[in-house]
Amino acid sequence: MNNARQIKHLYARAGFGIRFEDLHDRVNWSIKKTVKKLFETSAVSQPITVVDENLDLRYHKDQTEEEKKVIQDLRNKQEKGLNAAWFTQMNDSEAQLREKMTLFWHNHFACNIGNSYYAQQLNNIQRANALGNFKTLLIQVSQTPAMLQFLNNQQNVKAHPNENFARELMELFTIGRGHYTEQDIKESARAFTGWQYDGKTASYVFRPGVHDTGLKTFMNNTANFCGEDIIDIILKNPLTAKYICTKLYKYLVNEVPDDTHVEQMTNVFYKGNYEIGPLLEFVFTSDWFYEDKNTGNLVKSPVEFLVGLNRQFYVKYDNPDVLLQFQRTLGQVLFRPPNVAGWPGGRSWIDSSSLMYRMKIPSTVLSAGVIDFSGKATPEDEAYLASMRKQQFSVIKRTQSVPDWDKFLQRIPMKTTHQEVAEFMLEPKLNTTLVAEVNRMTDIKTMVIQVVSTPEYQLC
Amino acid sequence: MERRDFLKKTALASGALMIPAFLKPFEAFAMDALSGYKNLVIIQLSGGNDGLNTVVPFGNDIYYQKRKTIALAQDKVIGLTDMLGLNPNLSALKEIYDQGWMSIINSVGYPNPDRSHFRSMDIWQTGSDANQFLTTGWIGRYLDSNCQTCSNPYTAIEVDDTLSLAMKGANLKGIAVQDPNRLFQSTREPFFKDLVQDKHDAAHLSEDNLGYLYKTMIETYSSADYIQKTSKTYNVTATYPATGLGNQLKNISKFINSGLQTRIYYVSLGGFDTHVGQQDQQGRQLKTYGDAVAAFVKDLKSTGKLDDTLIMTFSEFGRRVEQNASNGTDHGTANNVFIFGGKLAKAGIYNDAPNLNDLENGDLKYQVDFRDVYATLLDKWLEVNNSQVLNKNFSGLNFI
Repeated sequence: MNNARQIKHLYARAGFGIRFEDLHDRVNWSIKKTVKKLFETSAVSQPITVVDENLDLRYHKDQTEEEKKVIQDLRNKQEKGLNAAWFTQMNDSEAQLREKMTLFWHNHFACNIGNSYYAQQLNNIQRANALGNFKTLLIQVSQTPAMLQFLNNQQNVKAHPNENFARELMELFTIGRGHYTEQDIKESARAFTGWQYDGKTASYVFRPGVHDTGLKTFMNNTANFCGEDIIDIILKNPLTAKYICTKLYKYLVNEVPDDTHVEQMTNVFYKGNYEIGPLLEFVFTSDWFYEDKNTGNLVKSPVEFLVGLNRQFYVKYDNPDVLLQFQRTLGQVLFRPPNVAGWPGGRSWIDSSSLMYRMKIPSTVLSAGVIDFSGKATPEDEAYLASMRKQQFSVIKRTQSVPDWDKFLQRIPMKTTHQEVAEFMLEPKLNTTLVAEVNRMTDIKTMVIQVVSTPEYQLC
Repeated sequence: MERRDFLKKTALASGALMIPAFLKPFEAFAMDALSGYKNLVIIQLSGGNDGLNTVVPFGNDIYYQKRKTIALAQDKVIGLTDMLGLNPNLSALKEIYDQGWMSIINSVGYPNPDRSHFRSMDIWQTGSDANQFLTTGWIGRYLDSNCQTCSNPYTAIEVDDTLSLAMKGANLKGIAVQDPNRLFQSTREPFFKDLVQDKHDAAHLSEDNLGYLYKTMIETYSSADYIQKTSKTYNVTATYPATGLGNQLKNISKFINSGLQTRIYYVSLGGFDTHVGQQDQQGRQLKTYGDAVAAFVKDLKSTGKLDDTLIMTFSEFGRRVEQNASNGTDHGTANNVFIFGGKLAKAGIYNDAPNLNDLENGDLKYQVDFRDVYATLLDKWLEVNNSQVLNKNFSGLNFI
């Protein structure tokens, strides 16, 4: 039994790709055993703790310009530190499935705020529950200062309900558009009044004084509902399970959902009380997951692309700012999704410029090259830039990256042909030109760099 | 015969069949199609430019009451009317204004304004409602809607290294070109070339993601060639300020004057988020902006292209009417939009000055929806029905 192709595909989807030695070890394993191993290596959740100070970022009347600048500078340092910490963890961690699913929830519960302490806390909750129970995850996420602030639930009080949180809860987090009414939003917003947080301690508090205790009519039920009741009613509806499964299918299997497969997933998820682990196990052990049409056809997000490259070649960065620059250039900065709907993904990652950069980054990273770009500041950077009297961040042109070529090359078994190396590194099937190019190269390093500088390498 | 073999055989037998339209030689385009070719140049000011210190309501006492330390003195402001004047750092634009090549639209915004940079920029770039999340940009959707005449990425060029969401449609996207020569060189590396040259594999032109990637690559290759070849036929002789924006607009002048078949150009200038020490910081950025735009407009006038060019400037929001305690301003709502061109229907001040008496929580109320500005550009300049792009119909304005 040789499951090389299936196992390679499994790791491309359930993680960030597989290395030669790991594939070599597992080539005779069953799918079941490999999936079990994936879960085992992801059993522990390693929280990120780099941001150790909850800064008060609000402007105060008596603050001087200097004091504000200091805060801006600290905020910026924290943000960079958090970004680098998670990136490093994805590069180094053996808990691939957990990190990959954390990335999924990071996008599903998209949140973009200035406070890195809150952002880190939310990220750790998403990681801790990434393979756990969806209801637990949903409630914990909904009660983070990050999300309560981002969706204005702090302003949702009995006298003036704010519908933002209630709307996104249904539209984006659970049941999806078309399965609730505007009236449902209004009524459930009242149920979430009083869900607040204490800024100083960065913890959830329920404030009964501003909670609306009146009767609410939500999805045809009437009672004095509180927030947890609303979440229960939403989860009782199988359409919620279907919405999450559809999104997961697009993330792990194919951008075009297959009704039969999604229905199977929905049954597993709903009957299993929204346990995420068994659902994933079901997907990874289904025959359809390994069909040709579901292989090598997903566009890697910029983060998946970079992490895959870093892992494959054991790349270390002397200056983590380089990774941030890559994220900016390719259009996906961790902790900075474009809006509450997250990154659209798929083909929207690819345009002329991003593709050119994606085809150039590997060679600069792997041969300590120079990359020429200036990168755009995000709108959030503008305050910092303005306070520093700069128009742009200073750009790093040297990637200052150190790949471990020896390690990479040592792990390739003797007598492996160039074509076999290329087939291992690329998920789609190789076309004739590529095969000819690969066979033409005499130097293996050059050949490998060419292979990861192809359109094929953008897919997983 | 297998379909694959058949495709291979026909491809070899007749290369032309398999070569997509965008790879056909450009001589095929009739040059007279270029006359009257209308360009739109969009300049984005990132960070939320303070509109009230850009076009100053110096005739209004409330302005001075609310901005004790950062208001611009009446004798410094460049008067346009007895109510409004320009920030002195925009002095270069006075001449442009006097020639009737500039229109100032006041109080542009949208209902339920969002005060977050990234979200408000998102709204401006996608042309969405405040509670709607679109994944495509308004210029991208223009490309999608109008692909009969504009199926090439260079129909919309962003003079930058990366492409903004505004430029991304569902099917078509613009192209980012900071430096045509650099783009050209980077597409001419041997390995890249070999991949592009290969047209013997039907997979490249398939409908799946791999096909899309190859198609994007081939288009980039041919666009880079076309932009480089075309633009180097023209040398800009006018003088531009030696700033980032100055160079970007100089590049756009080169593109326009060389006859590049591009409809829309997009550039950004950052540094407008002035919570602290606003006067100097905003002054510097406005001077960069005003000097570059004035040079650009005069250059286009002298080459006879000003009548076929419109320039629009926007920022994601304005600032609060009242200053903060750090000699700066915090995030606000409605703002002014500038339009420049040689044939404006209504030059000067387009509509009433912002009403400082009637505020909402200390912020300006919007009078003009920004999508009415877009609709005007789409209907009257780019000749596409605005509802196709904006997803509902906007009645538009009368500045062109």
